[in-house]
Amino acid sequence: MLPFKYTIYSFLLLLITFTACKKEDNTPSADTNAKATLSIQFDNIAGDKNLQLNTGVYTNAAGEPFSVSLLQYYVSNIQVKNSKGVTYTVPQDDSYFLVSEANAASQFVKVKVPEGDYNTLTFVLGVDSLRSTMDISKRTGVLNPSGGMDDAMYWGWNSGYIFFKMEGTAAAAPVDPSGQRKFRYHIGGFGGYSAPTLNNIKTITIDLTAGGIAKVRQGSEANIHLMADILKMFNGATNISIAANPTVMFSEFSRSIAANYIQMFHHDHTEN
Amino acid sequence: MSRQQWMILSAMVLFLLACSKAPQLAAFIGFRQPAGFPAPAYKFENNQVTSAGFELGRKLFYEPRLSRNNTISCGFCHLQTSAFTHHGHDVSHGIDDRLGSRNSPPIMNLAWSTTFMWDGGVFDLDLQPVAPITNPVEMDESLDNVLQRLRNTAPYPALFQKAFGSADITTARMMKALSQFMVMLVSDQSKYDSVKRQQGVQFTTEEQQGYALYQQHCSNCHREPLFTDYSFRNNGLGAGPNNDEGRYAVTLDPVDKYRFKVPSLRNLAYTAPYMHDGRFYTLAAVLRHYTSEVQDMPTLDPLLKQHGQPGITLTSTEQTQLLAFLQTLNDPSFISDKRFSEEAP
Repeated sequence: MLPFKYTIYSFLLLLITFTACKKEDNTPSADTNAKATLSIQFDNIAGDKNLQLNTGVYTNAAGEPFSVSLLQYYVSNIQVKNSKGVTYTVPQDDSYFLVSEANAASQFVKVKVPEGDYNTLTFVLGVDSLRSTMDISKRTGVLNPSGGMDDAMYWGWNSGYIFFKMEGTAAAAPVDPSGQRKFRYHIGGFGGYSAPTLNNIKTITIDLTAGGIAKVRQGSEANIHLMADILKMFNGATNISIAANPTVMFSEFSRSIAANYIQMFHHDHTEN
Repeated sequence: MSRQQWMILSAMVLFLLACSKAPQLAAFIGFRQPAGFPAPAYKFENNQVTSAGFELGRKLFYEPRLSRNNTISCGFCHLQTSAFTHHGHDVSHGIDDRLGSRNSPPIMNLAWSTTFMWDGGVFDLDLQPVAPITNPVEMDESLDNVLQRLRNTAPYPALFQKAFGSADITTARMMKALSQFMVMLVSDQSKYDSVKRQQGVQFTTEEQQGYALYQQHCSNCHREPLFTDYSFRNNGLGAGPNNDEGRYAVTLDPVDKYRFKVPSLRNLAYTAPYMHDGRFYTLAAVLRHYTSEVQDMPTLDPLLKQHGQPGITLTSTEQTQLLAFLQTLNDPSFISDKRFSEEAP
């Protein structure tokens, strides 16, 4: 009986050792093709306040108090880079997301990437030019140009996606035909199909080292928690005044807004 | 011959008759590149025209459910009898009689068109219907709502099933069906076409003289055989009351200010009024513009400024001859073709 007892003890010991090892080191499985979920959270804020649609009141650098009624933007072409400098690009068909402040689930962008430790995140704020000119059959999901009037992220008259859309009210905005004091920022422009024009496609790269690298493993879900500060859209290289520019859509001035809003993403922390 | 032989022979004859007759009745002639026309620009490899797809597209084209309150169809502003323009309207009125800002262009020979709309803002025919459906002054509706309405309206699910193999009604399928109808709207049966194809028809002397004048003065922009080069040009109309800057709104390039797409000269007899804002009601007014009213502007097309002063020089006799030639570009069969009409055969 003794040998059997020892066998059992040895086995248990071995098991404990292995379990312990797995927990402490958390090494990726040997299968390099094994993919796991990486979550990227887009937590929309306004300076040091959480963004609250309609009810929250914030003030931009031009001194104009305002409220936000709608905030939506495309996040696409996601890439991650690991500590060895190896980049993984999420397959394009699975790499288009529409973040909407009105839809909590949309603020968690989930992609499948190989297990690994990632210290850099890159994404496009908007929709790349290739997809912007693809056959209609390739425009499904969030790229379907079928959205309603207010939340539509597509220009029918000038074929192209609206990359970033923020609307709201401000005393500084002039009264529009509907009697409201609204501001409307619809920013897009993929560079033009047959003639070169406005290109507001922005690639954003975020270093995760300080806030915590993302350890992607099967069975768990790493979450890169980003803060997106909408005040940065107003305050930057050009301070946007609602009184001076209550409506900005397909125009040269949209470049200034896009140049500002690429600064709005800040990595807060990572939950592994 | 024995009775049996007779029977076999009769059966064979019947069989042959059945073979030859049935397919002819059902035969659907899809898109064809007319003799003398260039290769089409539309990507047929992504959307083969089929009988079921074409018929669904036609039904959608005449479907008022595409608009917010079920009042406006595509055919409302694109009447076949007017070569698919909005006859007599300088600019069109859409839903709730709201006025647009531009003249409804003809829907013809779109398979060769590289861009759509007067400013070329749409670069794919499959994306074009999104613009009028969502425009607040045209149909004022979202595609989501239209698709939902079609899903709940017989016989659309069955028609989508027939055209695309399943009853799913999606944006892409709806657009592809509309495109199948629109690319089939080919106008290539004018007198000019018969003369060019040497089908036993000749130009009259006056038409021939007009043709020579056309080649000399107009053909650089209104290029044969489609009578447009699909470019964008400022033809010296001057800014209208709404200061529509045309192509500039799409490219934001100052050289494109007041440039609009060169329209085809085919079917002019049916498509009055003329120009992007429909400001000219007659072809005589158009010729008067080109001969004596062209306004010099920074972006005026150089072809209209060749002799130190803006415009084209044409005597009144030459104008008559040119108008005679332009009449040979009308295609009566196009505006009466039953395949394209709301009450299809």
